Amino acid sequence: MTDTPAEQEFVREDTELSLPAVSRWKRHENLILGTISVALFLLFWEASALFGWANPLFTSSPSRIWAAGSEMFRDGSIYPDLAVSAEEFVLGYGLAVVVGVPLGILMGWYSRLNALLDPFVNALYATPRIALMPLIIIWFGIDLPARIAIIFLSTVFPILVNTMTGVRTMERDFIKVARSFGASDGQLFKTVALPSSVPNLLTGLRLGLGHALIGIVVGEMYGAQAGIGYMMQNAGATFQTDRVMVGIVIIAAAGMAMTQGLRAIEKRFDAWRPDHHF
Amino acid sequence: MSISSPKLQASGVRLSFANERMKRNLPVLAGIDLTLREGELVAIVGPSGCGKSSFLNAVDGLVQLNGGEIRVDGKIVTAPGPDRAMVFQQDSLFPWRTVTRNVMYGLELQRRLPAAEMRDRAAALVDLVGLSRFADHYPHELSGGMRQRVNIARALAPDPQLLLLDEPFAALDSQTREFMQGELLKILSRAGKTALFITHQIDEAIFLANRVAVFSARPARIKQIVDVDLPPDRSLELKLSPRFRELHDHIWRLIQEESARAPAEMAH
Repeated sequence: MTDTPAEQEFVREDTELSLPAVSRWKRHENLILGTISVALFLLFWEASALFGWANPLFTSSPSRIWAAGSEMFRDGSIYPDLAVSAEEFVLGYGLAVVVGVPLGILMGWYSRLNALLDPFVNALYATPRIALMPLIIIWFGIDLPARIAIIFLSTVFPILVNTMTGVRTMERDFIKVARSFGASDGQLFKTVALPSSVPNLLTGLRLGLGHALIGIVVGEMYGAQAGIGYMMQNAGATFQTDRVMVGIVIIAAAGMAMTQGLRAIEKRFDAWRPDHHF
Repeated sequence: MSISSPKLQASGVRLSFANERMKRNLPVLAGIDLTLREGELVAIVGPSGCGKSSFLNAVDGLVQLNGGEIRVDGKIVTAPGPDRAMVFQQDSLFPWRTVTRNVMYGLELQRRLPAAEMRDRAAALVDLVGLSRFADHYPHELSGGMRQRVNIARALAPDPQLLLLDEPFAALDSQTREFMQGELLKILSRAGKTALFITHQIDEAIFLANRVAVFSARPARIKQIVDVDLPPDRSLELKLSPRFRELHDHIWRLIQEESARAPAEMAH
């Protein structure tokens, strides 16, 4: 076909491109402001130790944290702790994904199953999982299984509940389209329910990350032999504030890196969200 | 046009919805009789909320009737089938499928063709609606008018006998809408389809249709079927002709009469 009458139609109006060029400052304003505030904060913190405004035994300082951290990495004393915590995370979070995603999909699709399990899911989701720790120790002891259990319990519910919501909140229009083309229940599930649950599922995975990190730290407070949480606990008990801070920095960095990664993936699926109207 | 059995024959179609809150049945359609011959384009207009969409859903087989019957090519409609296809409003495209894969959707569900053949068929339809260059784009990358072409191609893919369009251009701006009206006529004549469509734009109804069925206020009956005695070769200038104006005013008056009744009906 010729393009002439249709051309106007083909070219999507892209207002962003026709806007006048914005200055470098405008484009990166948030990033620049954030960097400035963090830099000022670190400077003030360092100065507080340097000029004796606060006792670095309690508050530490950026240079002390850096020194302690690089020492721990240089002499290699941190690696066993990192390895133990990583193992707990992978097993606990992995188990939560393996259980939470399929169960969430099933509960979203079969309303009877949802009605049966909903009281338990709701009660456990609302209970602070730390409250279960004494029970977990009775059941699993104080070794790796107990810490996997607490991480699993911390993580599985946000993943399960979000996945379930994703399956249940299919856009009505899509259901109508599928039915109009003669879709069976199974086909509706495969071609509409599953794909439209992806954005919510990713949100669940992202929320689960934060809960998993809490699980690691809390779990290692009870009788652990190694791990980042254990290291912090130990350092805290012997007033080594610098080492406690190193642990906090490591956990915060890991959490932020993983969260940003998942958020980037989520962004790609934003157009799929039911409330998104292009 | 052959005088064989009609493409669509609706007789005495009655429909009511159970209203949970008021604990009673709300009658929506009070006996609709409508017949479409092969190749014919019929538009339905009527006051807002009169049951036009419900009638279209009934023809598609998405809702069960409370009385009367609907036949397509002589066969009674009980559920959606490959002989009918619905063109929905623009946001009903699957955002996770490309243009081609959206068009393939109906064929995939039917599982009658091998994958390569489905792909070829979809590609041909994407071409028919003039979007070959955008075959691998996702819906959010397209303009409203383009999305609606994909919607039409998706409906045409299973090769339906009867095309049902539910206010297909309602979400488009007026220029795009006029352009798409012309495109729809071209696409339909190329594909050789019979079509029944709903609109709330009287001029759209006259421009596209051979006949315009005016629905009464709810519960709907057909108030009048207006023959559009305009030349079959439609161009946009037609909208300026005196006869077009007359038809427009006539239908406008019919709808006004019904709209005046409608508020009392709806204000239970």
